Amino acid sequence: MSAQPERAGRLGLAFSAGLLFSAGLVLSGMTQPLKVLGFLDITAIGKGPFPGLWDPTLAFVMGGAVCVTLLAFGWTHRMAQAPRFADQFHVPGQRHIDLPLVGGAVLFGAGWGLVGYCPGPALASALLSTDALIFTAAMLAGMLICKTFLSKRAKIAD
Amino acid sequence: MLSNLHPYLTAGLGGILIGLASWLLWWGLGRIAGISGITSETLSSPTHPDTWRWAFLAGLILGGCLLGQGLEVPTLSTRPLYLLIPAGLLVGFGTVWGSGCTSGHGVCGLGRLSVRSLVAVGVFMATGMLVVTLMRGAA
Repeated sequence: MSAQPERAGRLGLAFSAGLLFSAGLVLSGMTQPLKVLGFLDITAIGKGPFPGLWDPTLAFVMGGAVCVTLLAFGWTHRMAQAPRFADQFHVPGQRHIDLPLVGGAVLFGAGWGLVGYCPGPALASALLSTDALIFTAAMLAGMLICKTFLSKRAKIAD
Repeated sequence: MLSNLHPYLTAGLGGILIGLASWLLWWGLGRIAGISGITSETLSSPTHPDTWRWAFLAGLILGGCLLGQGLEVPTLSTRPLYLLIPAGLLVGFGTVWGSGCTSGHGVCGLGRLSVRSLVAVGVFMATGMLVVTLMRGAA
């Protein structure tokens, strides 16, 4: 295959995946911070008959998504030698449970719990909500700060 | 339109779309659909010749805007800067340091049966729940 159609295919596929991802986020309610905070507020389970004032909706989002990836990732590994528009699968190489993994998850969880945005929903709402836009700007700054000071340890997505 | 469907149903359907999008990126490009990874790599190497990350982010941002507008999804523009800015900094720093967020560790990592991702998801969910509980107590 010549380079140009290959390149167009890669970009078209990546754009489509982004669109589909955003559709899932919007449809599922992940772009509504109050629903996210309502899910994280587990103490509300005790308020009234189960589930009380707790909002379990987002468990269905993660459940639906992981059902698909469990089946699809396993299938792709068995059926395909290489991705459709690339030479190889980029499998994350890190194996150890270390301080960056746990420390990073603690900091991320804290920020998530403060306002109810994680990176995907924040980006998908950035053009619709001032909150999401301000949060996204601060998030990009936080990413750059971490990349700058911990560049050796920050090997994401490769 | 969304209000006609049970929220658990739209949540599950939305989750399935997120899973399909993640699989599409893996099948087509062999890449993990980790939003924090894609975003931070784009930030640190914006002129990288392989522009698939820009294309993905364009789809995510434009799609979120058009669909959110079209489906009239409620948004919030009310929280104070002293919450939004520290929260954004924590999420940005934490997801780069911890190599992933809800998508990379959650949707993709759990689907790949990664123990690292399972630990990360447990930790950020627990921390998020703790912070929400503390905030409700303080409010």
